[in-house]
Amino acid sequence: MHRILGGLAAVLLAIGLWLGLGVAPRDAVQGNVQRIMYVHVPAILTGYVAIGLVLVASVAYLWTRRAAWDRVAAAGGELAVCFVGLTLATGSIWGKPTWGTWWTWDARLTSTALLFVIYLGYLLLRSVVEDPERAATYAAVLGIIGALDVPIIHFSVEWWRTLHQPATMLKPQAPSMDPVMLQALLVNVAAFLATFSYLVMRRCRLLTLRAETLARVIGSF
Amino acid sequence: MSPFLRTAWAVFWKDLLVERRAKEGANALGFFAILLLFLFYFALGPDSDRIRAALPGLFWLAFILAGVLGLGRAFALERENDCLDGLILAPADKGAIYLGKLAGTTALMLAMEVIFVTATGIFYNLDIWAAVPRLLLVALAGTIGFAAVGTLFAAMTAHLRAREVLLPVLLLPLAVPVLLAAVKLTDLALAGEGWGPAWPWWQLLLGFDVVFLVAGLLTFEFVLEA
Repeated sequence: MHRILGGLAAVLLAIGLWLGLGVAPRDAVQGNVQRIMYVHVPAILTGYVAIGLVLVASVAYLWTRRAAWDRVAAAGGELAVCFVGLTLATGSIWGKPTWGTWWTWDARLTSTALLFVIYLGYLLLRSVVEDPERAATYAAVLGIIGALDVPIIHFSVEWWRTLHQPATMLKPQAPSMDPVMLQALLVNVAAFLATFSYLVMRRCRLLTLRAETLARVIGSF
Repeated sequence: MSPFLRTAWAVFWKDLLVERRAKEGANALGFFAILLLFLFYFALGPDSDRIRAALPGLFWLAFILAGVLGLGRAFALERENDCLDGLILAPADKGAIYLGKLAGTTALMLAMEVIFVTATGIFYNLDIWAAVPRLLLVALAGTIGFAAVGTLFAAMTAHLRAREVLLPVLLLPLAVPVLLAAVKLTDLALAGEGWGPAWPWWQLLLGFDVVFLVAGLLTFEFVLEA
């Protein structure tokens, strides 16, 4: 199963790269810099999926108390930090030539940076609690509180101040984008989601093996 | 009174009683508030116009710094002599214990906030007294929201070696909406604006309070028993 998924992710990523760099037309205003969107947008969407996965796995863990759910939440949290971090990095690289600055305190940037900090704190909490069951419970509570805060942070920072261009894909009217560009973007979104699923599966497997080995070592004394 | 509220009241009353007899926490927080005034003076200079422009942010910066200290203390007290085990073993709803601790922290923070605002008004010779009733409302709603999340994380981090660092690191990014709404509302109150522009921010602040009070009531049990 994971082999198929991994292969699919690799193929989709390759096609996405080809479509994004080779097939999709150059942006009329921004030039080639705009192509970073094919990484930037899939990364943040995947980041949100990861945060959602942490929420679901956290609730499921508190409900069932099964360690498997905790491992899913742990994998989700790590990938949330990775993908949100990738979003910030690519956004910064795009912002320098386009806005003329690496960073600006725009609403969308600020709230994304906050997400990054919150889930970095999530990983930190996991790493400092020694007792594994306690760590799982604390992390689950933080996973729930953090996910509940995401929309509130989004709106509060949005009202505070904004400058970012509105989202082009999820708005109610037809997306205002070249169909070839949209196609390249969608393939990349699929590729990122496949990669994410593959990584979650592999990470869970690794965490399971580690827990089993630890139990065996402790049992052998 | 229902048993739930009676338990919450008992925990709240116990915390106040401890504060009144030991006086360490409240005195230290009041003193800390006055010290912050000095720091702000050194940071911004004696120009009262500059202070006035930065006032809403200064207020909430002070409240949050003192709040983090107060929260840490609320559970440091419970760690001594294994009081926390007593609370966990008590045949009571854990949500009520959460509510009691939350009320205790809120009361302590509000007392410090009143001291801070009064001292700021006097020492910088600012005419903020007409806004005091509205400031109190904002302070109450903001403090409840901050303490709703904070109580949960203070209970979590109380056992950990890195608690002094971990509590603010976890709490501050999550409390950003409270900070933004409260600063904006404080600004509007100080400017003597009508309720119209304040209304969306009130909705945001009260919404935050409700969401995290409910989340805290539901998850505190897991935190205590972990």
